Amino acid sequence: MRRVSHYALFCGFFKIGICGFGGVAGWVRPIIVEERRWLNDLEFAELLGASSVLPGANTVNLAVMLGDRFQGASGALTAVFGLLLAPIAILIAIASLYDQFAAAPAIKTALAGAAAATAGLVIGNAYKLVKAFRGQARALLVAALTFALTGIFHVSLMATLGVMIPCSLALFARAGRAP
Amino acid sequence: MTNAPLTQLALTFSILSLGAVGGANATLPELHRQMVDVSRYMDDVTFASLVALAQTAPGPNVIVMSLMGWHIAGAAGLAVATTGMIAPSSALAFAAERAFRRFSASRAVWVLKRALSPIAVGLMCASGLVLARAADSGGLTIALTLGMTLLSGLTRINPLYGIAGGALLALAGGRFGASP
Repeated sequence: MRRVSHYALFCGFFKIGICGFGGVAGWVRPIIVEERRWLNDLEFAELLGASSVLPGANTVNLAVMLGDRFQGASGALTAVFGLLLAPIAILIAIASLYDQFAAAPAIKTALAGAAAATAGLVIGNAYKLVKAFRGQARALLVAALTFALTGIFHVSLMATLGVMIPCSLALFARAGRAP
Repeated sequence: MTNAPLTQLALTFSILSLGAVGGANATLPELHRQMVDVSRYMDDVTFASLVALAQTAPGPNVIVMSLMGWHIAGAAGLAVATTGMIAPSSALAFAAERAFRRFSASRAVWVLKRALSPIAVGLMCASGLVLARAADSGGLTIALTLGMTLLSGLTRINPLYGIAGGALLALAGGRFGASP
């Protein structure tokens, strides 16, 4: 496994935190897979799987798990600290300046544009993860069903997980593999 | 505003933390119930404006909890709310990671990882759709979402160019009268 220092963990997650306007979901994969090359797409999808079904903020869970994998408990703390430091500082600064800030329509317009682009960023990265399942019929089926339930039929997350986790486990339990 | 006991704040957010399957945004209804209806820390309008304010800062959506804590009890409230929201779920994630690693050779962990990863990818596709529906209010925003989808799906270009470009194009479009 790759050696990733505390400093690198801090910097990687700091960047995820500070870049993530409109949510960090689209930023985690480009930085972890493409820029830092800490994981490949399939490894990343596995980590995302565990961090998304556990309670709590997905990206915080992901920072804990990846930080622990590279540098143990102190690595987990470093990654979470790096992730949250800038966003919380910026948020408090914005909150303190709220009155002047909210009055500027240009800022609202710019944020609306950034939010629209962020949606595209999430879709583009989701597409790359789907592509990593190429040739894996089971995985593609489970991803498509999960997408349809939550994205198209608006089934609640709890109900979706309640249905999809047992189904997916049953599918993959039958898959052959030498452990 | 400092009459709110910090221990109660810590307890409220810790319970939210362990119930937050699907991240911070999924807990907004329960957060609203706790902040407005049960504890009466704030009214509806304040709650909505704090949630909107949190969206303007970068970072994970969980920082909306930090802002609630800040509003209720200043810096101490911020620290207590953030820690309360993050610590319990992170402890669970930490334990899960250790368990996965310890039993990484077992078939059960292999099956679990393989089974959960496509669910997460499906959820990410759905988030993209939900975000696009929320953000796309006209021709320009739809074009920005499509453009960024192609850019990030087909190239390895730094996403910052796309996001900053989106903000600038919206500003330019706004100036020339197109609704973003």
